[in-house]
Amino acid sequence: MKDSDLVFKALADPGRRKLLDILNAGDGLTLSDLRTHLDMTRQGVTQHLAVLEAAGLVATLRRGRHKLHFLNPVPLQEIYDRWIARFERSRVRALRALKRRLEGAQNG
Amino acid sequence: MAKSTFVYVVYIASTPEKVWSGLLDGEFTRQYWEHDNVSDWKPGSQWEHRKPGASEVSILGEVIEARKPSRLVLTWAAPHEAKLRHRHSRVTFEIDAVADMTRLTVTHDELEPGSEMERKITSGWPRVLSSLKTLLETGKPLNTWAGR
Repeated sequence: MKDSDLVFKALADPGRRKLLDILNAGDGLTLSDLRTHLDMTRQGVTQHLAVLEAAGLVATLRRGRHKLHFLNPVPLQEIYDRWIARFERSRVRALRALKRRLEGAQNG
Repeated sequence: MAKSTFVYVVYIASTPEKVWSGLLDGEFTRQYWEHDNVSDWKPGSQWEHRKPGASEVSILGEVIEARKPSRLVLTWAAPHEAKLRHRHSRVTFEIDAVADMTRLTVTHDELEPGSEMERKITSGWPRVLSSLKTLLETGKPLNTWAGR
């Protein structure tokens, strides 16, 4: 499966989106930390985290005995760069052109 | 208050050596990061993140560890905090070959929660890494900083 397929598949589940929301609000959480926010079995959380990790949306870090989970936004940035960034640039260009025209008008 | 940590992972269809150069070689960094990273990359040396042609340094710090092409650890600070070592945050780059891809993990920790630096790096790293990936995979950088 392609990277982006894994990302969209991971995002298709509301439970996994909720996990990302929790990580977005406070990164570096253990499995137990995550469970306190969710009405889900330990096994369920573990499975969802595995899907998110395989898609690259969750990154983990070992700190002593703990495995900490972090939201990894890079795959979402890739989606943004692919479909949204060029619109943002044209909006900024339009604003610049407007500023130049207004300032030019004032000076002239 | 506890310092904050951010972890970024990107898989790049390239080799660890190319990813390492992609992070440190001005020929690459200028294209996707608009900066050069300047140092002799020896532990204890200073490194600087410089905009080509500009006189001021954007970011600087100390090289803690450099093991080409797999691991690079730097401290990271705004120039006015150069001498305030306790104010420096830390960036660790880990580069591993995974199947036919290279995994780059960037861990930025020891950041002051809620600081301007934290705000900048959290919007910066995803752009930098996505753009590095695009440059190494397609030979063309994303115009990611345009219009900012």
